[in-house]
Amino acid sequence: MNYSGLKIFWEGLTGNKGWNKVWKEPTPKKEYDIIIIGGGGHGLSTAYYLSNKFNVNNVAVLEKGWLGSGNIGRNTTIIRSNYLLPENQPFYEFSLKLWENLENDTNYNSMVSQRGVLNLFHSDGQRDAFVRRGNSMILSGADANLLNDVELKELCPYLDFENARFPIKGALLQKRGGTVRHDAVAWGYARGADAKGVDIIQNCEVDGFIIKNGKCIGVETNKGVIKAKKIASCVAGSSGKLMSKAGIRLPIESHVLQAFVSEGLKPILDNVITFGAGHFYVSQSDKGGLVFGGDIDGYNSYAQRGNLPVVEDVCEGGMAIMPMIGRARLLRMWGGIMDMSMDGSPFIDKTHIKGLYFNGGWCYGGFKATPASGYCYAHLLAKDEPHPVAEDYKLDRFLKGKIIDEKGQGAQPNLH
Amino acid sequence: MIIQHPDLGPRDSSEFVYKGDAELLFRPERTENADQEIFHDYLYLRNNPAGKHRELWYHEYGDRSWLVVTRDTTNHEILKVEYVKDYIKSYKVK
Ligand SMILES: Cc1cc2nc3c(=O)[nH]c(=O)nc-3n(C[C@H](O)[C@H](O)[C@H](O)COP(=O)(O)OP(=O)(O)OC[C@H]3O[C@@H](n4cnc5c(N)ncnc54)[C@H](O)[C@@H]3O)c2cc1C
Repeated sequence: MNYSGLKIFWEGLTGNKGWNKVWKEPTPKKEYDIIIIGGGGHGLSTAYYLSNKFNVNNVAVLEKGWLGSGNIGRNTTIIRSNYLLPENQPFYEFSLKLWENLENDTNYNSMVSQRGVLNLFHSDGQRDAFVRRGNSMILSGADANLLNDVELKELCPYLDFENARFPIKGALLQKRGGTVRHDAVAWGYARGADAKGVDIIQNCEVDGFIIKNGKCIGVETNKGVIKAKKIASCVAGSSGKLMSKAGIRLPIESHVLQAFVSEGLKPILDNVITFGAGHFYVSQSDKGGLVFGGDIDGYNSYAQRGNLPVVEDVCEGGMAIMPMIGRARLLRMWGGIMDMSMDGSPFIDKTHIKGLYFNGGWCYGGFKATPASGYCYAHLLAKDEPHPVAEDYKLDRFLKGKIIDEKGQGAQPNLH
Repeated sequence: MIIQHPDLGPRDSSEFVYKGDAELLFRPERTENADQEIFHDYLYLRNNPAGKHRELWYHEYGDRSWLVVTRDTTNHEILKVEYVKDYIKSYKVK
């Protein structure tokens, strides 16, 4: 069924009786060409691009819970392509271009809102670093604008420019950055993949791999054994737990990241703002809640909740740049499990086991990557060749000395 | 999270700096033909278990001691806290 304004109008007049289920609920077949483990954003976009762009349709997505129960439904929905390193920036710019056409592509309203992302700077040194970053963005074909404090004041008069400790000197603005309705991304991709014959199987947990003579030929699940020519792991924060079942140790630690939503307020914030001297970023949802977050808690965790010291730190960050939010009450908070890699950059690669592929290591920034991650993973799975913008996301890059460390922190996942 | 320090009693986790898996205490020996892969695996790969995890916590805003905390990563429950030196001793016995 094609969605359109006319369809909504017609259904409104005729009692909304003509809407179909958005995807089917199939029982798993015995064998597929490709099994994707994990029905999060990346797993579903992989299935979508496999079936819609690479003509591979005999595909199943196995999801242990319901679609959107992982990080795709827990993130703070920010998209941007403002990276520095040449291994990263073209990938994220490719992703932003896919976001820009996502709704036409999938015929689904995912509320892509290019409201602009502002990264505040607080010192001359930081301004220089942002000029360099902006130039790197422009070189990759992305947009970047440097705003001084006067220009920024026009956009966001309520910021605490005169803060004694962290005065605000300006911002790096990416106008094409913004937010997207996160669950709608999962639903739109699921619907598009389902329409091309992909089986989306919920409540199906993979708890083992069938490996014969060094080749992975299937998975064990709570719905029985399912075979496939290729098995694609795509479970984000659960990567370590899942891949250990194939005997693989990863350059990844799992950490918890929290997010917060305030009570609904009148429109005040029409872009995304990030603090440059601490960990705080904020946007306002269409329902009026301020959606904000900060740093990961910093210790290994598979529990989808965090602790109070980070709550305090995030709120202090917020108060430092926009004291007015001190009046707002917090409505909800939650946590998600991040696959923090050793250099802060992701992996889209084959493993040393034939037929077993890996996608993960997205840290706290994998939402913006959802379209490109799926596209490039689909490319790898369909052609056994990495997509050019993702060819550096290899599992052996630490051994080869080809580390992609945006922050220069070294092998300490909780600092990326 | 409250960490039961062996001598200082219950301390808030925010007094500590987290330094990761306690396996990092056991750096491979350097030899003439040190195998690059052994050091790669030591520095970059992690078991990252869902469940019991032994990890290093440094009491930076306290007595500057290094502790090994055994913690369940699925619910943050702390099962055991000991000094690194005691942990290494018991590790060697095993
Ligand atoms: C609080 C928070 C804020 C964030 N903010 C941003 C942001 O503003 N911008 C941004 O770019 N990124 C952000 N992120 C990061 C982003 O959400 C993740 O990097 C991204 O969603 C991960 O990919 P995914 O969508 O495929 O993961 P998920 O949705 O977690 O998908 C993985 C799926 O695998 C399933 N699974 C796990 N194990 C198994 C198994 N054994 N068998 C079957 N299925 C299994 C899980 O149930 C889950 O549904 C944020 C994350 C959090 C938690």
